[in-house]
Amino acid sequence: MAEIATSPTYRRAGGIRRLLERYPFLPALAIVLVLLALNGVFSPNSLSYRSLTGLLSTYMALILLAIAQTYVVYAGDIDLSAGSILSLVNVAIVVLMERWGGGAGAVLLALAIGLLIGLACGLVNGFVVAALRLQAIVATFATSIFFTGLALYILPVAGTPAPTIFWRTYGGRLLGLPFVFYILAALVVLLTVLSRTRLTTQLLAVGDDQQAAYQTGLPVVAIRIRGYLLCGLFSALAAFCITGDTASGDPLVGGKMTLFSVAAVVLGGSALSGGWGTVVGSLLGALTIGLISSVVFFMGTPSEWQNFVQGLAILIVLMAGVLAGRRARP
Amino acid sequence: MSRITSFLRQPIVVALILIVLLLYLGELLSPGFASGAQILRLMIVASLLGIVAAGQNVVILGGREGIDLSVGGVVSLSAIIAGNVMNGADGGILPAIAACLLAGAFFGLLNGLGITLLRIPPLVMTLGMLGVLQGLLVVIRMGIPSGQAAPALSRFVTQPLVLGVPGIIWLWVAIGILMAFMLNRTVFGHRIYAIGSNEHAAYMAGVPVRLMRIALFMISGMFSAIAGLCLLGYSGSSFANVGEQYTLTSIIAVVFGGTSLAGGKGGYTGTMAGAFLLVILQGILTTVNIDESGRQMVFGATLLVLMMFYGRGRAMRA
Repeated sequence: MAEIATSPTYRRAGGIRRLLERYPFLPALAIVLVLLALNGVFSPNSLSYRSLTGLLSTYMALILLAIAQTYVVYAGDIDLSAGSILSLVNVAIVVLMERWGGGAGAVLLALAIGLLIGLACGLVNGFVVAALRLQAIVATFATSIFFTGLALYILPVAGTPAPTIFWRTYGGRLLGLPFVFYILAALVVLLTVLSRTRLTTQLLAVGDDQQAAYQTGLPVVAIRIRGYLLCGLFSALAAFCITGDTASGDPLVGGKMTLFSVAAVVLGGSALSGGWGTVVGSLLGALTIGLISSVVFFMGTPSEWQNFVQGLAILIVLMAGVLAGRRARP
Repeated sequence: MSRITSFLRQPIVVALILIVLLLYLGELLSPGFASGAQILRLMIVASLLGIVAAGQNVVILGGREGIDLSVGGVVSLSAIIAGNVMNGADGGILPAIAACLLAGAFFGLLNGLGITLLRIPPLVMTLGMLGVLQGLLVVIRMGIPSGQAAPALSRFVTQPLVLGVPGIIWLWVAIGILMAFMLNRTVFGHRIYAIGSNEHAAYMAGVPVRLMRIALFMISGMFSAIAGLCLLGYSGSSFANVGEQYTLTSIIAVVFGGTSLAGGKGGYTGTMAGAFLLVILQGILTTVNIDESGRQMVFGATLLVLMMFYGRGRAMRA
C-alpha cells in the first residue's frame, strides 16, 4: 500500500540514497561511532587501545556468529541453532584438546575437527530446511535442541579448562600486535573473497525471489544448503573465539547468543526476508550490541536497570536498522 | 478411498492419532502413564502452553510473517506482577487479573504499533521487545520481593473443580470454544483470515488492516498474561524467566496444529491438539530413564520427524 510513496524519497535524498545503496552499512557504522563517542564521554579510559582490544576479543565470537547468520538470512532463511552449534563446537574442541594432552598439535587437530563439526551441523540444517522443506524457524529450533543435547552429552557440566597455549595465544600478542587484530584482518580478507564469489550472489538471488532464481536455472536447494554450511563454518569459528575468551568449555554458552546474532544482522541493515544485506553491516551490528552494554555500564546505570536500558537501546537501534536498511534498498 | 486419505491428512487428525500413539507408547514404557490422573496432570501443563499458543495462533494467522517472540517475556512478567499484586491473598486475585491483562495488552500494543506504523518486521519487533521485557523482569525482581500465589488460584489450577477436572482445563476448553467461534463465526475472525491470506485484497475490501494487526498483537499479549497468571498458580511462586520456555514451543504447537506460518490458513482446535501432543512428548521423555543430554537429542529429533507430517513447503517447479 505504501510502496508507491518510495519514489518521491528518491528525488528528495538522491545523494544520501545513492551513498546508502553503495555502502548499506553506513547507518550501522554511524551508530558504532556514536556509541564509541558516548563511551569516550562517560569513561575516557574505555577508548584506550587496551580496552578496545578487550572489547574486540570479547565480542569477536558474536561478530562471527552474526556473520554466520547473515549467510542464511541472505537466502531468506534463518538459523536458530547457530548458538547451539557454537556450544557444541566449544565443548568438543575443549574436551578433545584436553584428551590429547593440550600440545600445539592437539590444538590444531581439535580445531580442524571443530570445523568439521560446524560443517556437519550446517549440513543437517540445510538438509532439513532446503531438502525436506521444513520451515526454517521451527526446524532449526528443533535441531538446536538436538545439538544442545549432543553438547551436554560431550560435557554435562561447564568447567573443563582449555589448554593454556590456546587462550594465551588468543588473548596474547604476535609481533607486537594483539592476536585478535590478526583474526580481524584475516576475517576481512575472507569476507572480501567470499563477497566476490558466485555463491554470495546466488544466495542473494534465492533470497530475493526463490521462484525466479529457480526458473533461471539456479540449483535453489543446493544453494540454500551451502548457505547453511557457511553458517555452520562461521559458527565453529565463533566457537574458537569464545573458547579463547572464556578459556573453558560450557555446553550452554551459545544459547543466549542466537537471538543476539539475529539482532546484529538486522542492526546491520540486512533484510530478514532475504535478498539484501552485507556482512560488514552484521559485523558492525555485533559491535553495536557490545558497545551498548559497555555504554550502559559506564553511564553508571544502577545494576538492576542495566538489562532494561540495554534491551530498550537495542530495540531502538533495531528499529533504526530496519528503517535505514529499507531506505537503502534499490 | 481418497476421502479417507484426505481425512487422515488433516493436521488435527494427524495430531490426534499421534497423541493416541504417544499415550500408548508412554503406557508401554512406564505403566500408569496413560491413567486418568496422569492425563489430567499432562493436560494442566498443556493448557498453560495452549493458552500462550492461542495468542501466537492469531498473530500467525494474520500473516505478513506474523510471529510473536515476546510471549515468553510477557508470561514471566505477568507471573511476577500477579504474584506481587495478590501476594498470597484471595482478595487480590481480581486486581491481579486486571493488572496482568493491562500489562499484556500494553506490550502487545507497543508491538503492534511498531509493526504497523513503522513497518518493522514482527520477528524483529517482538525480539527487541523480548529484550526489554527481560530487562524489566530484573528491575521488578530487584525492587520488590516476588510474591506468592493466592490459595484460590492454586486450587483453580491444580485441584479438581467440576467433574473432577481442574478449573484451568475448563478455562482452556472455554478458550477453545471461544476461539473457534471467533475464527469461524465473527466478522473479526474472517478478517483475520482475510489479512492473512491477502493483505492487499483485504485492504481494498475495506478491512482496517493496521487496526486488525494491532488488535492481534494485543490479543497475543493478553493470552500470554493469562497464561502467566495461571503459571503462578501452578508453581506457587514466580521465579526468574518462568515464561522463557513458551516462546518457541508455542510456535511449534501452532505448527503441529496445522496452521501455516505463512498465515491465513489453520485454526485453534488443531493448535490445542498440537500443544497436548508436545506436552505428552515431553512427559514421556521425563518418565523414561535417560539423562538430560539423551532426552534433548531424542526431543529434537522427534520434533523434526513430527514436522515431516505437517505443511512442508512446496517443491520448486519451473
